[in-house]
Amino acid sequence: MTAAQAMSFHTGDVPTPDIVILTHHLTREYQMGAEVVHALRGVDIQIKKNEFVAVMGPSGSGKSTLMNLIGCLDTPTNGEYWLNSQKVSDLSDDELARIRNKEIGFVFQTFNLLPRADALHNVELPLIYAGIGAKDRRDRAARSLQQVGLGDRMDHRPNELSGGQRQRVAIARALVNQPSILLADEPTGNLDSATGSEIMALFHELHDTGQTIVLVTHEHDIAAHARRQIHLLDGKLERDERTEATT
Amino acid sequence: MLLGEIFQVALQAIRANKLRSFLTMLGIIIGVGAVITMVALGSGAQKAVQARLEALGPTLLSIYPGQSFRGGIAIDFGQRVSLTVDDADSLAAYARHVKAVVPELTRNQQIKRGGTNANVNIVGTTPNYPAVKNFTVTAGRMFTAGEDEGRRRLAVLGSAIPDMFNANPAGMIGQEIQIRGIPFEIIGVLSSKGSAAGFGNPDEQILIPLQTARYRIMGTDRLRTITVDAASVSQMTLTMIEIERVLRREHKIRPGGENDFQIRNQSDILATFQDTAKTFTYLLAGIATVSLIVGGIGIMNIMLVSVTERTREIGVRKALGATRFNILFQFLVEALVLCLAGGVIGILLGSFGAVALSRLAHWNTSINLLAIVVAFFFSALVGLFFGIWPARRAAALDPIVALRYE
Repeated sequence: MTAAQAMSFHTGDVPTPDIVILTHHLTREYQMGAEVVHALRGVDIQIKKNEFVAVMGPSGSGKSTLMNLIGCLDTPTNGEYWLNSQKVSDLSDDELARIRNKEIGFVFQTFNLLPRADALHNVELPLIYAGIGAKDRRDRAARSLQQVGLGDRMDHRPNELSGGQRQRVAIARALVNQPSILLADEPTGNLDSATGSEIMALFHELHDTGQTIVLVTHEHDIAAHARRQIHLLDGKLERDERTEATT
Repeated sequence: MLLGEIFQVALQAIRANKLRSFLTMLGIIIGVGAVITMVALGSGAQKAVQARLEALGPTLLSIYPGQSFRGGIAIDFGQRVSLTVDDADSLAAYARHVKAVVPELTRNQQIKRGGTNANVNIVGTTPNYPAVKNFTVTAGRMFTAGEDEGRRRLAVLGSAIPDMFNANPAGMIGQEIQIRGIPFEIIGVLSSKGSAAGFGNPDEQILIPLQTARYRIMGTDRLRTITVDAASVSQMTLTMIEIERVLRREHKIRPGGENDFQIRNQSDILATFQDTAKTFTYLLAGIATVSLIVGGIGIMNIMLVSVTERTREIGVRKALGATRFNILFQFLVEALVLCLAGGVIGILLGSFGAVALSRLAHWNTSINLLAIVVAFFFSALVGLFFGIWPARRAAALDPIVALRYE
């Protein structure tokens, strides 16, 4: 199976509701002094609901740039990006912040938890920016922590938790607003292989409950967990293939 | 983002760096505290002076020797610069709008009783002194006009004098005190007036008959001041003109010549003090502004450090959906909380300092509510002004760069 079987999309079209992520000729250029760096040179990707996709590529291939664009942390120089049938490629800063809050759950390599806040408060953060009241917030954050198996660690601070537990807190935080996509950037990069496998097992569980997951990695073992692999090279789509999941 | 959460985050950040936060606040604490204490001192002194002037009565005029000042410079024509006992007599005789004239022949002299010495003001004056100057004789009596004429060696003590000799006032009546080695009989003790800033203590003086002072102690008739009680408040200006005419004639000043004396009434003196108080207030406002600006720069400095340190946190918050305004507001509130906490601590310390000064050093202080309110709002203003730039820098951070910041 290849990317060729995706629906054809033209400028001016609106993607069908089952497509969570659609990029159309997505281009990103950076000005580095006098030089222009072409990080992405027109990438077309379509990801449907409940897909588990790994984005792969060597460093400099543009996968970080693609992840930033998909995560609405950045805006493209050219092309379109549709998230959940909404064109987000030309939104303002504040609108992008709202999209990040509602539609995207980030999981980072370095966890990026607030060191002074306990697990519960860390998970509450997206709900705070969503403007949800204290009681509701606490209930939802607690439920999210229970979902990742940390119901008994809510009042622990990050430095009182192991690496695997920290990443679970980060995943609970990513899920708490029920985002359209879970966007994980090298989620096992700072973990030993056993803990990494546990985290990947958790990803499978989430995928089984219907979560759409985009995993950015350069490790083949980790990418092998996904059901589809997108390979980037020099800012272009090199390969887009469906694979059987290893569990 | 909910307001409670923002304050919680700000307090958390301040608590996380307790020492640093305290040192940052110190600039504001010292600035505000100093202002509160100094304003309390200033208004305390002002109130005390005002109370004393009012106690003296509105009909009193004071005449001093020496030329009037022009633009702060005394102009000396080489004429005699003095008031004499004769001037006082002439005023009593010729000025019709004057109810009483009290000459004061004052010198600082050594007094002695038993083995104890002291230096106090000896005031040679007339028997009407206590009545005009609002004293009462609490023990014994005042000397009489006849005793004045007879150059009798009689002394009426200010209320603070008996304390100097560890004696009770009534017990000193009839006893002897030496002034410049000459024995005097103590016949009375005056009531207390209390001290006021800028005047010297009116309770630390001894009254003796004018003629005794002139011929037996001082050997001069040059007066320090003449106090005049005008007949009515409505005719103060007329009274002053009359006094001026009498004294110019006595001093043989030609028409067009400068007066070699000054006449002051209560409102003049009050106005002088109010001018001084105003200058004092401007000075304080200047000091306060400078110290609060310095404190504010300290706050800005620390907030910039804090933004840099927490770049990663800002990146995370942005990734999780914080808008520019959320971040701006968070850091602004943090600066504001620092400044207001500093302001409140400063107000408490300053008030405490003012109370301590009046309790321990017995200075007149009066804690000024307006100064407290102004100091509080000024520190809030400093927080806003110096917090806005670091907060804007935090808000403008690119989340991608911030998330990668080490």
